[in-house]
Amino acid sequence: MIKTFLKIISLFVLTISLSSSAKAVELEFYFPVAVGGAAATTVEELSNKYMELNPGVTLKPIYAGSYTDATTKAITAAKGGNPPPMAVLIAIDIFKFYDEDLVMPWDDILTAEEKENWIGGFYPAFMKNSQIDGVTYGIPFQRSTPVLYYNKDAFREAGLDPERPPQNWAEQLEYAKKLTKKGSDGNIERYGIRIPTKGFPSWLTSGLIYQNGGQMTNGLGTETFLDTPEVIEAVQYLVDLSEKHKVMRPGTLEWGATPKAFFEGQTAMMWTTTGNLTNVRKNAPFDFGVAMLPAGKSFGAPTGGGNFYIFKGTPADELEATKDFVKWMTAPDQAGVWTMATGYVAPRPDAWETQAMKDYVADFPPALVAKEQLAYADAEFSTYENPKTVKIFNTALENVMSGSISPADAMKQAQIDIDKILKDYR
Amino acid sequence: MRTIANFLSERLNVIGAWLLALLWVMPLLYAIWAAIHPIEYEANFDIFAPLTTYNFTNAWSQAPFARYLINTVMMTTMIVISQFILCTFVAFAFARFEFPFKNILFAMVLLQLLIMPDILIVENYKTIRFLGLMDTILAIGLPYMASGFGIFLLRQTFKSIPKELDDAARIDGAGVLRIIWNVYVPLSMPTFVAYGLVSISFHWNNFLWPLIITNSVETRPLTVGLSIFSMSEAGVEWATISAGTLMTTAPLFIAFLIFQRQFIASFMTAGIK
Amino acid sequence: MNKKNNLLNVFYLLVPGFVLLISFTHIPAVKTLMNSFYSTAKGRRASKFVGLENYETLWLDATFWKVFSNNIIYALGVIPSSILLSLGMALWVNSKIIGRPFLRFSYFLPTVLPLIAVGNIWLFFYAPGFGLIDQIVTSLGFPSLNILGSQESSLFGVMAVGIWKEAGFYMIFYLAGLQAIPPDLKEAAMIEGANKWYIFWRITFPLLTPTTLFVSVNAVINSFRQIDHIVVMTQGGPDYASTLLLYYIYESAFVFWDTAYATTLSVILILLLCLIAIGQFFVLDKKVHYQ
Repeated sequence: MIKTFLKIISLFVLTISLSSSAKAVELEFYFPVAVGGAAATTVEELSNKYMELNPGVTLKPIYAGSYTDATTKAITAAKGGNPPPMAVLIAIDIFKFYDEDLVMPWDDILTAEEKENWIGGFYPAFMKNSQIDGVTYGIPFQRSTPVLYYNKDAFREAGLDPERPPQNWAEQLEYAKKLTKKGSDGNIERYGIRIPTKGFPSWLTSGLIYQNGGQMTNGLGTETFLDTPEVIEAVQYLVDLSEKHKVMRPGTLEWGATPKAFFEGQTAMMWTTTGNLTNVRKNAPFDFGVAMLPAGKSFGAPTGGGNFYIFKGTPADELEATKDFVKWMTAPDQAGVWTMATGYVAPRPDAWETQAMKDYVADFPPALVAKEQLAYADAEFSTYENPKTVKIFNTALENVMSGSISPADAMKQAQIDIDKILKDYR
Repeated sequence: MRTIANFLSERLNVIGAWLLALLWVMPLLYAIWAAIHPIEYEANFDIFAPLTTYNFTNAWSQAPFARYLINTVMMTTMIVISQFILCTFVAFAFARFEFPFKNILFAMVLLQLLIMPDILIVENYKTIRFLGLMDTILAIGLPYMASGFGIFLLRQTFKSIPKELDDAARIDGAGVLRIIWNVYVPLSMPTFVAYGLVSISFHWNNFLWPLIITNSVETRPLTVGLSIFSMSEAGVEWATISAGTLMTTAPLFIAFLIFQRQFIASFMTAGIK
Repeated sequence: MNKKNNLLNVFYLLVPGFVLLISFTHIPAVKTLMNSFYSTAKGRRASKFVGLENYETLWLDATFWKVFSNNIIYALGVIPSSILLSLGMALWVNSKIIGRPFLRFSYFLPTVLPLIAVGNIWLFFYAPGFGLIDQIVTSLGFPSLNILGSQESSLFGVMAVGIWKEAGFYMIFYLAGLQAIPPDLKEAAMIEGANKWYIFWRITFPLLTPTTLFVSVNAVINSFRQIDHIVVMTQGGPDYASTLLLYYIYESAFVFWDTAYATTLSVILILLLCLIAIGQFFVLDKKVHYQ
């Protein structure tokens, strides 16, 4: 009996071991993938090219889903004792990774010259979410700002100049009113504007906040200033668009469905990431324009997107290979390829000076908008325990948009809730 | 004798049943529509819209679906075979033997019906980490191999097999394992088929646990691959996602079409009352 | 000697299965309880014993109560509906209706489609403006709906998908149950002049009660473990309006990395599940009619 029993158990173990031979062993990095842009294929192409130039290094880009998914994956792997050497993760989770003691400062593996020329050569706006106390933890790669896309055909139809997008809040509202169109049944068939507010409204809202001269955090990750007039006014402007002026669809609006709504002519203007540029260019069935977000007291926009992080526990040789790869990826030629394929903003001024980029921009001026907006751009919302605090901020905004609470009350409560979490860090 | 009321109620029944069926099959119909038409027709139901295979080739090139499919097949096969072996052993013990603490042990088995591994994700994650099995296909299956449901089903089936057959085999000198293999397994085939199909379907579709446990393409099953594929920063591209969905659900789908009758039939014979 | 042999056999038979069972069900359940009394370990700070502090946090957490009531509403909505629907489906498929194979196929289809995959399609259906439902609604002259985007309706939007997913699966069990009813019972009743309703209520339904019990326990368990559609459709929003307990646990554990809180929530989930399932079993068992 026992012999047969053992035979069966070994068969069992064999079945299992056959399937457990599948385990990853290469130099891998996670990155959030955008369907609809050529992002995934571009990353693969770039990786392949690098491997051609550097035989002996095997790169494995791994699709990780949304920014939240990618962060979860990276932390899960790191905590599971199997950290990836590097990953492209959302810049603002920097404090979280630092607090969980999972990432390494880039400074540890850079020479003084590299710190000055390489780190120093990135746009300062992008470095704001990439450093803690002057120490670099993230290298800007897949960075963006939101921009205003608008339907030129709709502009013409409404009697607006298609080459003159709204320059400020008042104009934005005025244009939106003119562009909102009712159908024969009395229902609105096209809204003037769409600023998506479901899931992570904080990003786009921070554009409004910066335009209104507000500041959301102290930059050190330990304090937020949501309960301030500038912030509240910005949120009020946002909710008034749907509640008061009825130029925006009421309720919380899905980020993922926004480009589609734009293409289908259900909104004449939309706020979304410049990373959507190539997607919109490919799929918009009409003439469209791109502009900087309209100014409040001034122009303003948050930066967004992902940085390259390196993880603790990575052996020295992998770190060297990683550094070399990331330097290559952010070099002008590659950054240019990336920008042209997606619409993300090349994170270094020198990337915009290559002939290829100059030609591209001459052929497609909207690609320049986000770059020019960088002069007015500021950090994205980022604190310790960022996943929690940004969720508090996001849900507060969602509540405002669904009409259940006033901006003042929502921001006040959000500030209280976030203070509870951050007080341990002060 | 058919009265008017009867006639009407019959007609209403037919209409009701059909409406419900159409409603139920709508998502599949839409997925097919979106997948075979260009992206401009995602929300535009123009009957004369042109057809295209672009979405399928696009989806296929954007994510390693072939690898995901292989992973899923490996994982599901591993789980189902392990379940067959382990659950048969345990079920047989409960069906044919007496031993101390039998009732308590059986209660422990039943508990698993209620407290599924999904609910214990935090702790199970730690266990897998502790065993050093993070990001392996084995880790996806381990918590499910000893299945309370399987044990319960098989025990019930085994109990209904006449004991005389045991005795006959024993007289011929057969040990426990031989009896199981020669007598019980063949007679319980419908139950194995029914249970196997339920289990395959469950694990093919399982999402949350594999999401947490797998990190790389080599281990990721279809469900996780699809979810990653569809959650993007840019926007939801239904045409591509529908194509991806159809491709990944096709195997199960086709299997279901073929085995519909067997599936249902085996449930009946398995005596799920 | 025989008895010892017996016990040895039992031991070998039980050990492999039970090792896995205990490792992945019983020990984690106990550990969940134990860990709920400790704080979360961070990279720079180790975990420490905090007694009932996590439970206190839970008690004061408005989000928890919202999520808790969501789960109750979800269960109350999905379970009876899916069971009733599945019974209806089984009756239809079992009768002489035209196009039975098509009906059976359609009803059972959701079971073989992964919820995470179909979630995206439902997302399209619910999308305001260009989504299928909204297209129909607005063409009939009603104002546009934002089902998943408003607090009042997102949970119900998600519940509909839950019902759609489960009903066909339960139908199979009812089909089996229906086919097990001896036809002579019905014939006898018909000869006596009973009409359809009478036959159903007095004969069919009571004989199906064991199936109903089985199906309803399954339904309870499923209503607590199915969250794939929430992940894809609403991510629990807006403002936790469509968050269920397991999703909240997932978020606390793997997005916020607040493992202690997640563990505490898990304890509540387990307790709730046990209470409902066991309670249901006891209540319904009395009403079950065994042949």
